[in-house]
Amino acid sequence: MSERTARVLGLRMTPLVRRRFANFRANRRGYWSFWVFLVLFVLSLFAELIANDRPLVIHYDGKVLFPVVATYPETAFGGDFDTEPDYREAFFRELIDKKGGWMLWPAIRYSYRTVNLALDRPAPAPPSAENLLGTDDQARDVLARVIYGFRISVLFGLTLTLFGSLVGIAAGAVQGYFGGWTDLLFQRFIEIWSGLPTLFLLIILASVVEPNFWWLLGIMLLFGWMALVGVVRAEFLRARNFDYVRAARALGVSNPTIMWRHVLPNAMVATLTFLPFVLNGSITTLTSLDFLGFGLPPGSPSLGELLAQGKSNLQAPWLGLTAFAVLAIMLSLLIFVGEAVRDAFDPRKAFA
Amino acid sequence: MALLEVRNLSKYFPVRAGLFSRVSGMLRAVDGVDLSLAEGKTLGLVGESGCGKSTLGRSILRLIEPTGGSIRFEGEDMMALEGAALREKRRRMQIIFQDPYASLNPRMRVGDIIGEGLEIHGLASGTKKRDVVMEMLHKVGLRDEHFYRYPHEFSGGQRQRIGIARALVFRPSLIIADEPVSALDVSIQAQILNLLFDLQREMNLAFVFISHDLRVVEHVSHRVAIMYLGKIVEIADAETIYREPQHPYTRALLSAVPVVDPSRKKTRVVLQGDVPSPLNPPPGCSFHPRCPDAIAECSRITPDLLAGARGHAVACHVHGPGAVQMGHAH
Repeated sequence: MSERTARVLGLRMTPLVRRRFANFRANRRGYWSFWVFLVLFVLSLFAELIANDRPLVIHYDGKVLFPVVATYPETAFGGDFDTEPDYREAFFRELIDKKGGWMLWPAIRYSYRTVNLALDRPAPAPPSAENLLGTDDQARDVLARVIYGFRISVLFGLTLTLFGSLVGIAAGAVQGYFGGWTDLLFQRFIEIWSGLPTLFLLIILASVVEPNFWWLLGIMLLFGWMALVGVVRAEFLRARNFDYVRAARALGVSNPTIMWRHVLPNAMVATLTFLPFVLNGSITTLTSLDFLGFGLPPGSPSLGELLAQGKSNLQAPWLGLTAFAVLAIMLSLLIFVGEAVRDAFDPRKAFA
Repeated sequence: MALLEVRNLSKYFPVRAGLFSRVSGMLRAVDGVDLSLAEGKTLGLVGESGCGKSTLGRSILRLIEPTGGSIRFEGEDMMALEGAALREKRRRMQIIFQDPYASLNPRMRVGDIIGEGLEIHGLASGTKKRDVVMEMLHKVGLRDEHFYRYPHEFSGGQRQRIGIARALVFRPSLIIADEPVSALDVSIQAQILNLLFDLQREMNLAFVFISHDLRVVEHVSHRVAIMYLGKIVEIADAETIYREPQHPYTRALLSAVPVVDPSRKKTRVVLQGDVPSPLNPPPGCSFHPRCPDAIAECSRITPDLLAGARGHAVACHVHGPGAVQMGHAH
């Protein structure tokens, strides 16, 4: 006998799952937001190929070189030094031209930390043909920084959401399933923990250690795991007295298995519905820390830092406007996706 | 030797109130119950809603931890078992639930629902598990193709069959049937009852059959116990209890059963008032405020469940063996 339901991407395509997908698609705004966001995110994953200060391909002296992925000394191109050349210099172009070679550049010839040394005015420079969104106050290309900043924001948000959800779901599950004293003590702990002034603690901690991506993630995880505890706990409290959970107990199924197999799937609907909004929250927290200067290390491409620059350079409105626009678009897209996910899991729609 | 021996089983639920969750009272859901059940027999457990029938059933399985008393099952002390040993023993004793919609995990396929126990205990897996599950499906009157379906694709009666198959998969010797047909249409009730009956004969199953429906219990039981406010007030062979009910509560219950045969017309005993709160049961016999035959002793002395002829036990000062002792024989 064969399986009655086909699997797509490891997901059992039960009628219910199919109806949920249909509901997700029915929310046009959310559905398109999802695709737009996905395209933007995937593109930003390849930011090095879109905005970089080194060519994608160099054809030099009959050889094909890939400076994006490999490091070459200047001597390889007939230069004088053993160090890596500055590919953007006119001098380097002359070296290539001398041997009749050519270079294929990314669309934007700036990486997030490339300083435009050829500016004809003091930084921040307004948008121009060279710097489409202008430069920031250290003469770095804003568009390049926005692309990299978008990527780091989303990656950070996703990682924080993933780990935070894992911890939160586990905590909520244990509380709700076992109830009683476990629940009581845990709830009081969470009340106290969530009452701590998170931002100040983050600032204090960030001043003790030099925060990098993982440090920040850890510190924010310390306070960010509580978002889902409430819903998961509620679902487990409700479901632990279901007859089929009792039946499983009578069959001798162990508590962890019951939690995993019989109760967790109930909690997943509520959890998945919240995830896009949790992701939004994570991104916003990182941005605000960056804005205050306690986030990612100096020099990192960051939307919060761009916002801060916009604040201190009101004469250069393209800084603040760009940061605002990127954040607004990113967060709105995520909210729209979240709404579509909520529709998809809405029992009133799924079972209609 | 009896398959199941329950002695003085109690389950009290603490009732908490006030600022520091002081225990302000005890809800005596099951209060000193004695039962015994032989292999392959059915004990009907009857009572009004909230009298503790379900709590008693679940306490026997230790799905609810009893407050006190002893349970001997297949010669082993159930109260002494813990952890893995308890899980092992539970394979011999299973439960069927009232609501066939709530008792099946909607996200699992029928085959997985029925086979879960086998897999958990490492008894069978793969094709062997499928074979056992298929056999159970056939036993309860379902077909092969139901194996891969989800519970929502079935009717109430079919779902109850799935629940029964799940309980039978270990070939247990005792099944606690907690109102297994009350949620079903009358026409389906008969089918399920007959199925249980056939399975009992085939597999030598003993049932504790919990119900509030006297007709159903009469149909399936060998012995019947009547519960009131956590206590058993009368227990006898099914035939005896229907023909010669002794306890006034039993009489009232029986007189409420609609009779099809007009020649068997009986006088209707209508009880006054409501069931008292089990939180604060009346002193003495807890039935005395509603009892048409109550005497002075009833409000002072709690009657014991005293056995008379043919194991017919009654807890009453006025009727049955207790009356003889008190000198109030009618």
